[in-house]
Amino acid sequence: MWRRIVALTKKELLALLKDKRSRFVVIVPPLVQLLVFSYAATYDLNRVPYAVFNQDQGFASREILARFEGSPIFRLAGALGHEEQIPPLVNGKRVLMVLRLGPHFTRDLLLGRPAPLQLIVDGRNSNTAAVLVGYVRSIVTDFNESWAKAHGSPASLARLDLRAWFNPNLESRWFIVPGIVGLLTLVVTLIVTSLSVAREREAGTFDQLLVTPLRPLEILLGKVLPGFIIGTAEGSFIILMAVAWFHVPLRGSLPALYAGLFLFLLSAIGVGLMISSIAVTQQQGLLGAFLFLVPAIILSGFATPIANMPPLIQHLTLLDPLRYFLLVIRGVFLEGDSIGLLWPQYWPMAAIGLVSLAAAGWLFRHRLY
Amino acid sequence: MKGETAAPTRGGGAGGRSMRLKGLVRKEALQILRDPSSIGIAFVLPLILLLIFGYGVSLDATHVPLAVVVEQPTRQTAAFTAGLAQSEYFDPRGYSDVRAAENALQRGEVDGIVWLRDEFSRKVLAGGAPGIGVFVNGVDANTARIIEGYLQGVWSNWQAAASKGGPYFPVKLEQRVWFNPGLRSRDFLVPGLVAVIMTLIGALLTAMVVAREWERGTMEALLVTPVRVPEILLGKLIPYFLLGMGGLLFSVGMAVWLFAVPLRGSLWVLLAASALFLLTALGMGLLISTVARSQFVAGQVAIVATFLPAFILSGFIFDINSMPAPIQLLTRILPARYYVAILQTVFLAGNIWPVVLLNGLALLAMGAFFLILVRRKTRKRLQ
Repeated sequence: MWRRIVALTKKELLALLKDKRSRFVVIVPPLVQLLVFSYAATYDLNRVPYAVFNQDQGFASREILARFEGSPIFRLAGALGHEEQIPPLVNGKRVLMVLRLGPHFTRDLLLGRPAPLQLIVDGRNSNTAAVLVGYVRSIVTDFNESWAKAHGSPASLARLDLRAWFNPNLESRWFIVPGIVGLLTLVVTLIVTSLSVAREREAGTFDQLLVTPLRPLEILLGKVLPGFIIGTAEGSFIILMAVAWFHVPLRGSLPALYAGLFLFLLSAIGVGLMISSIAVTQQQGLLGAFLFLVPAIILSGFATPIANMPPLIQHLTLLDPLRYFLLVIRGVFLEGDSIGLLWPQYWPMAAIGLVSLAAAGWLFRHRLY
Repeated sequence: MKGETAAPTRGGGAGGRSMRLKGLVRKEALQILRDPSSIGIAFVLPLILLLIFGYGVSLDATHVPLAVVVEQPTRQTAAFTAGLAQSEYFDPRGYSDVRAAENALQRGEVDGIVWLRDEFSRKVLAGGAPGIGVFVNGVDANTARIIEGYLQGVWSNWQAAASKGGPYFPVKLEQRVWFNPGLRSRDFLVPGLVAVIMTLIGALLTAMVVAREWERGTMEALLVTPVRVPEILLGKLIPYFLLGMGGLLFSVGMAVWLFAVPLRGSLWVLLAASALFLLTALGMGLLISTVARSQFVAGQVAIVATFLPAFILSGFIFDINSMPAPIQLLTRILPARYYVAILQTVFLAGNIWPVVLLNGLALLAMGAFFLILVRRKTRKRLQ
């Protein structure tokens, strides 16, 4: 039995890797994407272009504006002389925000009256806008503290000591890169498996396979193993890159990580093969892969938190294997979770994998044309 | 020229050309109608994507579970925790000591801890400005930052209410968020999503369909008929263009009526920009299939070269200005980037001509580039 499975696996791998172009698309794009996306996918803001409309001549306005100029988050794109200059700059996306100080800013401060600092933000990307307002607020708070200290106005009642666990500098790359490990592993595995049966059905070789002495279980294993080999290899490489190149801390144990990867591959391959055995043509196989892949990525918590979704959609995410794997990989990387803590994530992936593989094996013979 | 000698009876004039084109379009339209997966990509996929995105994707954190540890309850601490309870952003839960709260944070039951130590009220009354301990789970850095922002809001409200005399905020920040004052993330995600859907319809569908013709050899068969290369290409472009525009109208309708995203610019600007983008995407799809010639490779390349970049590099979710300079350069060769800029502007800000024209021009150039490239590549294969 094993010899037949090995032979079938070899044949599958050859079908995938002997063609130069198909070998290329399995190996190169995921690596390029890892690099590009890991640098691109960040919620942290850098060099945000902003403009200043300062009507105040005093030292206080210069002092607070210097704090913006000194910050790497902001990049001064111009000083304005008229109010009418603001709308074209913001509308045309030349700047993301405008700071506006009235003519009596310094005088108000010295007299102990509240001095308004107007902030105009481009809200077209609401997340960027929210993060930007947060940055500006923290600069203003700092300024207020030091102003109160220097000018003897009453100090604040209490301070907020903010501290972030697991990711003290709140680098979103530490969040995104482990997510990309899951994302790319899923894409590669699904592409490899979702077309494997459909391609043979289209070429008519699947019927030939069915009339050989191979049992459905053996055919299934012969289709599963190539996905495992390719998925494990690419997954491991991406994990290595995350640690060695992007310096994401790997605080937990490798066995906990690989137990998760193994079960995740099982579920991804199962879904891929199930799609493939339903599809009659490769186009349908790819469409099916897409119909699964896109919601799976969106509902996994890769880019937006599951906790923000409405309850109904949150229940739907329970069917998504990527959801569990992201919890495993982020847990192991950043929080140092052990195998014991991750059981609630392991068993659903195993269940999804077994159910979908069983369905795929059944569909091999019972698919109605 | 070859074509005319091969089929002299049909004639090579304008009548023959339009007849051949009509025939090709008809054949392609029938193929679309008979294969449910094409209709699936054009209408079912947008429906599912828009429903999931519109309802499921939100960057607005509300009811964040928060552990609150008050070591010595007093009037001052009560005022502060009441502020947390009233905020729609938080769902505060009391914990008796900080160790228990830390365990809850470790287990993921809460996303943050607010810790008021026992000397809090004494120091507040003495003017000692005690520190309020705040720990947030930083794994999801973006959410952590948003939670910190909300907490600062609660904190400054508490300060303003608790201190009667004297301004504790020498500088008062007045924020005005243009175009989306409520900061609804749905309003900016749904327009961007239209770009992702159009990429799928345009590039993925044509790449697969044409690659199938190459794989089966029907493309070569078509090339030896009197039909000329531009006619073959037009025969492919027209039906999928119409299919794509249908998908677009459907998506825009859902965005406006179901998700109540404001459409402040004109529909015509939106349609014109979408037509340009769709031509570019179709051109990319045709190019991919012509070069790849197998459905497996074409499908892979279409996902890698069009869908994932449209998702991550287009400014649809992640801000382009904040990406490293080489990546910013890379985004400039992505058609989706220009289309997303137009979509977000036309939906949320209105017809702002500098943005629309500049990005529209870029789309026009890229569309022409891809279509000309396809034309050349296809002719080469003939020889």
